[in-house]
Amino acid sequence: MKYTEEHEWLREEDGLIVVGITEHAAEQLGDIVFVELPEAGTEVAKDDEVVVIESVKAASDILAPIDGEIIEVNEVLADSPSKVNEDAIGDGWFFKIKPSDPSQMDDLMNEAAYLKFIG
Amino acid sequence: MSEPLRQTPLHALHIELGAKMVPFAGYEMPVQYPLGVMKEHLHTRNKAGLFDVSHMGQVVVWPKSGEYEQAALAMERLVPVDVAGLGEMRQRYGMFTNDAGGILDDLMLANLGNHLFVVVNAGCKQADIEHMKAHLSDSCDIEVLDDRALLALQGPAAETALARLQPAVTDMKFMDVARDVDIAGINVVISRSGYTGEDGYEISVADTDAVALARALLALEEVEPIGLGARDSLRLEAGLCLYGHDIDTKTTPAEAALGWAIQKVRRAGGKREGGFPGADVILPQLIEGASRRRVGLRPDGRAPMREGTVLFAGAEGGEAIGTITSGAFGPTIEGPMSMGYVPADLAAPGTQVYGEVRGKRQPAQVAALPFTTPNFKR
Repeated sequence: MKYTEEHEWLREEDGLIVVGITEHAAEQLGDIVFVELPEAGTEVAKDDEVVVIESVKAASDILAPIDGEIIEVNEVLADSPSKVNEDAIGDGWFFKIKPSDPSQMDDLMNEAAYLKFIG
Repeated sequence: MSEPLRQTPLHALHIELGAKMVPFAGYEMPVQYPLGVMKEHLHTRNKAGLFDVSHMGQVVVWPKSGEYEQAALAMERLVPVDVAGLGEMRQRYGMFTNDAGGILDDLMLANLGNHLFVVVNAGCKQADIEHMKAHLSDSCDIEVLDDRALLALQGPAAETALARLQPAVTDMKFMDVARDVDIAGINVVISRSGYTGEDGYEISVADTDAVALARALLALEEVEPIGLGARDSLRLEAGLCLYGHDIDTKTTPAEAALGWAIQKVRRAGGKREGGFPGADVILPQLIEGASRRRVGLRPDGRAPMREGTVLFAGAEGGEAIGTITSGAFGPTIEGPMSMGYVPADLAAPGTQVYGEVRGKRQPAQVAALPFTTPNFKR
């Protein structure tokens, strides 16, 4: 598992990268009430705003962690955004992306580095 | 904000309970406890929640004659509500107005027999106290009770829970006030009121007794501590205004749909018509209607339309018609909800308007307020 400074996690699965936010991020955001996901087939570049999260506190943007094509999104979140709070690193995933440059993954933090990052 | 944040007498208890503290109106206040905003909100609607509202200003207006009526009539020079007609040990909602008809603050007014007791918003209290001193001192003495805390116990189980400590609270009706009431051995002033749309009580207590009282209430199995986050979504579901957001010096009571708080006796043709700041603006608006009006809005979908969202009549083009003044997700109604101002001809429930969220106009329907059915014991 890899991590970004934007508190996203990335996990490789069958040649695709599954992306979500960390438990730490979900806890900081508070109860999540709405998640707006991109459409499958969208080409995104690193740092594009791809997901909007609304919690009981505020709206937050989630940036694309790498370049690639969105292959699948977690439709369950449309009706059950609280899945992100309940299982951020499992059922609360956001989208699966096909990386156009897999070497971008090498620039991201590993778990030890991320834990140090959030202190 | 260079001044250090003030603390309420319950500050250490909030920390002990695991609260996340934030600055609010010059005070360090609990925004949420470990339960979280959503569950705290639902707990209050289903059982009972305890809120620390000690940051609010508690002020006594002492009539120099010793007669309540003198304080009431003096206060009527500052507010458009019927203060003199308020029964003994009864309370009502009101607002201070300015000469333009705008709202300086909203407040609660209570007739405690030999004096008038008012509770004002934390953010406005210094200005309110100056305002009262400047205009009431000829006939009244203004005493600020800065040595008292204020707790609110809200929710459908508030009565049953509190009655185990003091059975007499069940006899109180909505907006009744009682003093020298003993709760868990502590002397309090209590009213059957609140700002969540639920039945419940507000309890004024000496700051030295506040922690003991809060602990006694939290020991009741129905009661959980509730932070400002849930207080905001509860009052918004209940259609209640937050000063500085939904109402301010630029909104009149008629525009704010608060005409219900202005009794006949103070209106045109009433026995004590007018005589408050801005009466020449407010009284005609109550008859003819204001050109814009505060309404409830239900955005389509799940995304909240938050404060500051600009409203339009159509999906494309046209000038802005108004702005959202409060917006959040309503845990009880399980959807987004907002309040805002729209032109009077677009204020009917069911009217479709559009709010611009992240550059896109999203539909919302004008909805009747409150969003949830109030649960008061009248």
